[in-house]
Amino acid sequence: MNKKRKFSPGSAFLNAPYFAWAALFIVIPLAVVLFYAFTDGDGHFTFDNILTLKDYGGVILRSLLYSVIATAVTFLIAYPFSYVVCRMRPSSQKIANMFVTLPMWINLLIKTYCLSALMDGNGLINQALLAIGFGKLPLMNNTGAVIFGMVYNYLPYMILPIYNVMSKIEPSLLEAASDLGCGALSRVRRVIFPLTVPGIVSGIIMVFVPSVSTFYISAKMGGTGDFMIGDLIEGQIHSQNNNLPVAAALSAVLMAIILVSMLILNRFTENDEGGSVLI
Amino acid sequence: MKKIVSLALAAIMLAVTLILSSCSGGGLADLKAELEGKLEGNYENDLAGTTLYVYNWGEYISDGEDDTLDINAAFEAVTGIHVEYSTYDSNESMYATVSGGGVEYDVVIPSDYMIERLIKEDRLEKIDVSKLQNYKYIGDEYKDLFYDPDNEYSVPYAVGYLCLIYNNTLVDPEDVEDQSWSLMWNEKYKGQILGIDNARDALAISMFSLGIDVNTADPAEWDRAADHLSEAVPLFQGWAMDQVFQKMEGENAAIAAYYAGDYFTMVYDMDDSNGNGDHLSMYYPKDGTNVFYDACCILKGSKNYEAALLYLDFLMDPYIALQNAEYIHYACPNTAVSSNEEYSEYGNDMLYPTAEVKAEAYHHLDDEVVKHYTDLWNKIKSSSK
Amino acid sequence: MKKLGRVFIGIVYAILYAPLLVMAVFSFNSAKSTTTFSGFSFRWYVNLFYDRSMRGILLNTLLISACAAVLATVLGVIAAYGIYKMRSKRLKSAVNTVTNVPLINPDIITGVSLMLLFTFFGTWFLHNSAILGFPTLLIAHITFNLPYVILNVLPRLYASDVSLYEAAMDLGCTKTKAFWRIVFPGIVPGIVSGFIMAFTLSLDDFIISYYTNGHFNILATSLYTAVKKPLSPEYYALYTIIMLAIMLLLGAVNFIEIRSDRKNTPVKK
Repeated sequence: MNKKRKFSPGSAFLNAPYFAWAALFIVIPLAVVLFYAFTDGDGHFTFDNILTLKDYGGVILRSLLYSVIATAVTFLIAYPFSYVVCRMRPSSQKIANMFVTLPMWINLLIKTYCLSALMDGNGLINQALLAIGFGKLPLMNNTGAVIFGMVYNYLPYMILPIYNVMSKIEPSLLEAASDLGCGALSRVRRVIFPLTVPGIVSGIIMVFVPSVSTFYISAKMGGTGDFMIGDLIEGQIHSQNNNLPVAAALSAVLMAIILVSMLILNRFTENDEGGSVLI
Repeated sequence: MKKIVSLALAAIMLAVTLILSSCSGGGLADLKAELEGKLEGNYENDLAGTTLYVYNWGEYISDGEDDTLDINAAFEAVTGIHVEYSTYDSNESMYATVSGGGVEYDVVIPSDYMIERLIKEDRLEKIDVSKLQNYKYIGDEYKDLFYDPDNEYSVPYAVGYLCLIYNNTLVDPEDVEDQSWSLMWNEKYKGQILGIDNARDALAISMFSLGIDVNTADPAEWDRAADHLSEAVPLFQGWAMDQVFQKMEGENAAIAAYYAGDYFTMVYDMDDSNGNGDHLSMYYPKDGTNVFYDACCILKGSKNYEAALLYLDFLMDPYIALQNAEYIHYACPNTAVSSNEEYSEYGNDMLYPTAEVKAEAYHHLDDEVVKHYTDLWNKIKSSSK
Repeated sequence: MKKLGRVFIGIVYAILYAPLLVMAVFSFNSAKSTTTFSGFSFRWYVNLFYDRSMRGILLNTLLISACAAVLATVLGVIAAYGIYKMRSKRLKSAVNTVTNVPLINPDIITGVSLMLLFTFFGTWFLHNSAILGFPTLLIAHITFNLPYVILNVLPRLYASDVSLYEAAMDLGCTKTKAFWRIVFPGIVPGIVSGFIMAFTLSLDDFIISYYTNGHFNILATSLYTAVKKPLSPEYYALYTIIMLAIMLLLGAVNFIEIRSDRKNTPVKK
């Protein structure tokens, strides 16, 4: 009377809609990008589009550099932040978390706009500095401003996954560690850090990816030397010569950069069940 | 359970916003009553219930913000035709969308050189201006222009010049004496100059200041212009378009090239605040500047051609055109507006220059030239400091 | 040490909220400026109330977010259940990889690639060059929402009790009935958090929408194209309202959770 079957037709029925969706709107679009990147106007295979990118090597490197710095800074803020929050009372933790989540609901464009009103040469911060007798600081339209803009906008995306993992560490584990003679620092290094790696990896992905491809933050907060790969892609698409092949080639390069970063990151984590830790 | 409560809360919030947003404000009937007797033209039609797709620059029509007239709503109130209105941020981006497919519009409002291109590529529908009751108000100087010599494809919407805006408390009077673009190359103002963030205008400024024809087909001349522009780039604080307002009004930058109409927007905005706009001045550089004509066109394949014609006519109605001109602050080609003494820009000889301004319009250039200068532009923007 | 920690997170919160505070304060500015405060007024809130075009845009934004969140949740739950039921390990990992693609792909690539696909499909198969609009925007939003729903629901499924499900089947439940009675209640929290996340992401998205929206104007795209005039403080007012509404909502949820936690704690111990 055991009804267990090896193959259930119901499962195929369940999978069909998602398979179709994923194929149509995830896999095929990527194939289209690659197609545009490696063909000329008549559909013949060519490397020309990729080769024209040599002019923009500087932009690609710059994007990489900025986003790596932004990700590192974000991590250096988010990790101790999560650590402090984890040691608060559970009810306070909930509230602390809520106030991390809230800014994520406000559109990035308007946040960046307000940020520049605050940081501009004659903006509110500088006016306040002047009022208390300090000089003005060059806060806007430079590399630092771009990186700060990224850190500001993406910080919650680093805090939440790290916090999620860290808050699940059993306090008894830490007690055991200190019973065994671990000081505060080595407790972090030997116990907490290794256990939070999956959260860190998720956080890095969620900050690095939007940073490396941004085209709004760099355009609004940067100076003349802060053009990034996202600006370039956007500029190629919305230009008079409708330069889709070059935009696609740039996108392909961007995808390659991210793929390589993923592979590097995957070496640090061995979790493969259900993917990454969510925010 | 608690999650269900949160879902319920989310649903309530959504519902409240929806209700709030659907029943607030005056209805179209009120608007219609308000317009009663103010309009000159007759906009009777049998197209009520249809939809018209309009594609315009962002914030380039009086939209009901701050007690102004919402022109699209007014059109709907009067004609019963629903306007689906969307916006773009540059001629180039408009062109990419219109030519790239994927989306269809009935009415677009690009600038001259882009209209020229759209005509050349056969993307525009002909307009019989004799059928437009308000076309008689368009000033003669805005007719028969190079981009549409026989007025077959476009109806002027707004006109303007590229000008140099500067902060007169930060810029020395002797530096603006010669009234030229060279101010943007002045080392003294390093970090206080804003570059204009679009290819055609940025390179044109360089060309005017070198005395090169802005419509040249010679790649070497464009290279020369790009090189000259590159010399100014290290002095720039950044590239700006919409940020110009915040930068100039807030005295975050001292010098910027932008459009004359927007200079007045800045001054009025400042007057509206406690401060006033006295610190801002502008001039039309003597070495030449750009004059642009933004005009309404109907795209080929428009599915609601008659409604589009009606829309163009409506925009030219003296009352509507006046409301629009008061809102966008660009020069209005409608004589019923410019000769109206109640118009706040009446007799403004900066906006409607009486003296000769040495100005040149951009023309559409061949694909190779466009590609060449776009590449130059991308390289300038990609360069590091 | 503890004090130092408090000071540190205090500073982080201050930075996180400074621009939002600027937004809230200047939404009450009596003048148009977003840089100088001239006096307190409700001018922009009143304007917002009467601004018909802004209302249309807000309505569009809410409509797309709600539709995308609902559809992505339905599709995502079905997909998660399918993945959960999948026997072949290799297939499972392949599907998981594909699911992760929209998560790790930059928005600009997702947006551009979908735009290319839509226009290509529109011109060649539907002979309709006006394909971009609400439907394509909806597809795009569902696509980037799906992985979040799936990854919220999957862990709940893995945690559900298989023996209960089998027992129900043995007692004569049909598969569907067993799913609704046994499995579904267990995954509801995952579905809810997936839905909320999807709604948030849709509400907030700019880049993907920018490439796929066509005629369909939403808040983010109209913010981006506002180049001919300074940004109206109406946007500040609108986002201040949104921020307060969300603060209330999150506050209420947290309040309920904290209270029920307190109630439950003694029982657990």
